[in-house]
Amino acid sequence: MDVLFHNVRELVERAEQEEKLISEIMIEQEILITGRTREEIIQQMDRNLTVMEEAVERGLQGVQSVTGLTGGDAVLLQNYIAQGKSLSGDLLLDAVSKAVATNEVNAAMGTICATPTAGSAGVVPGTLFAVKNKLNPTREQMIRYLFTSGAFGFVVANNASISGAEGGCQAEVGSAAGMAAAAIVEMAGGTPQQCSEAFAITLKNMLGLVCDPVAGLVEVPCVKRNAMGAANSLVAADMALAGVTSRIPCDEVIGAMYRIGQSMSPNLKETARGGLAATPTGKAISKAILENGGLQSIKAIQ
Amino acid sequence: MKFTSVFDIIGPVMIGPSSSHTAGAARIGRVARDLFGRQPKWAKIHLYGSFAETYRGHGTDVAIVGGLLNYDTFDDRIKTAFEDAEKAGLEYEFIPETANTEHPNTARLVIGDDEGEMSVVGISIGGGKIEVSEVNGFKLRLTGGMPAILVVHDDRAGCIANVANCLAMHEVNIGHMEVSRIERGLTALMVIEVDQNIEDKVLQQISLIPYITKVSKINN
Repeated sequence: MDVLFHNVRELVERAEQEEKLISEIMIEQEILITGRTREEIIQQMDRNLTVMEEAVERGLQGVQSVTGLTGGDAVLLQNYIAQGKSLSGDLLLDAVSKAVATNEVNAAMGTICATPTAGSAGVVPGTLFAVKNKLNPTREQMIRYLFTSGAFGFVVANNASISGAEGGCQAEVGSAAGMAAAAIVEMAGGTPQQCSEAFAITLKNMLGLVCDPVAGLVEVPCVKRNAMGAANSLVAADMALAGVTSRIPCDEVIGAMYRIGQSMSPNLKETARGGLAATPTGKAISKAILENGGLQSIKAIQ
Repeated sequence: MKFTSVFDIIGPVMIGPSSSHTAGAARIGRVARDLFGRQPKWAKIHLYGSFAETYRGHGTDVAIVGGLLNYDTFDDRIKTAFEDAEKAGLEYEFIPETANTEHPNTARLVIGDDEGEMSVVGISIGGGKIEVSEVNGFKLRLTGGMPAILVVHDDRAGCIANVANCLAMHEVNIGHMEVSRIERGLTALMVIEVDQNIEDKVLQQISLIPYITKVSKINN
């Protein structure tokens, strides 16, 4: 199959040579591969953006998961920001809160848009709707944010993995955070190369992150990993925009992530047998929730 | 390339909590139903790897049953799929397996009714994307991302040409095609990915071609 880019290097080179945004290259490739019109493609992404917006709003009003394990933290964070106490900065904490909001809705079996997965669905929208308040983007620029994220996710999905069961959390929240960092840079007016640096810096700092969900639920620690993924991506985007570069090229960081995932024990890849899932408390929670079988019984416990 | 569209990455829109274990699972159930051609009356659902370990927590169970009831990834009714299955006359059973499979998220669905049964192996490769890796014992690779026709036929000369001719007459363009057989000279399977959804009358005509034993399709 003919594609416009197979890796980040080709993506950046093409964008630079043609003096286009990364998001534009992604849109052009989508047209090329699917044969759909630009309008159809933009409209579908617009609908996905609306789903993300609604999920954030719903989460900020406060939700609880069926198990009661997660929910309500997005509200706590917003209240804290409103009190003017934030030490890490209002924008950063706003992104964290909106990432948490999305994943709390996800854990409550609400409607979300996977970016690139459901377990990592908070990072991209969380950062988007926080950065939005500072950069005042148009709707079109917000849609472009998702195409830029998608371009980097596309490379990771094809050259490494975006599945926690295959590569651990680094493949999910790590990828999501890198995607968000690249998209923030583009929205802030950075160059395609700076997008790539931001992705590399982010993912480097999430390498080795395991997938160890307590009771196999996408709740603990997934919701808070999205929080930190959002924080990581904002800091990395700032670093790249400041001119900091990654000594290890982006594609090589992605390759390292893949190999780390392959050498990771299956106990640490979404089997709920290791890591936090295997702590005394993790096991106790699992027993309480799952002993009687199925989501139906979880409702019954409540 | 396993992932071809930006919407494989930014998408799908879905009911939580897991793209691989909930959305992917729903898609495996739905594709099995499509291949079977109707709603089955019973389903034995074998789960492997991470699916077997975490299916309850991820709602993999309700999602697969939802898929068998033809619910899409974003269908809110996934949550009530067990009750809905009872009303729809679908009996199901989950069998967690300990065997190692090539991919960690694998499900084997054996579904059927009074008229027949079918076995479908689906794998969930991440982000809600799935592949069908086996149908009735035939190894294949089907992404479910494009409409496809599956034709079971006797392993004889001319079968493939006849089916291709039939599609050509209906101006159906073939995007990708592969043929596999369990044993030479016995039964073979054609998997034909096409550019547009296939009308039932085309399937009907293919089923009338000599040596064709079964035709099914997946729409997109």
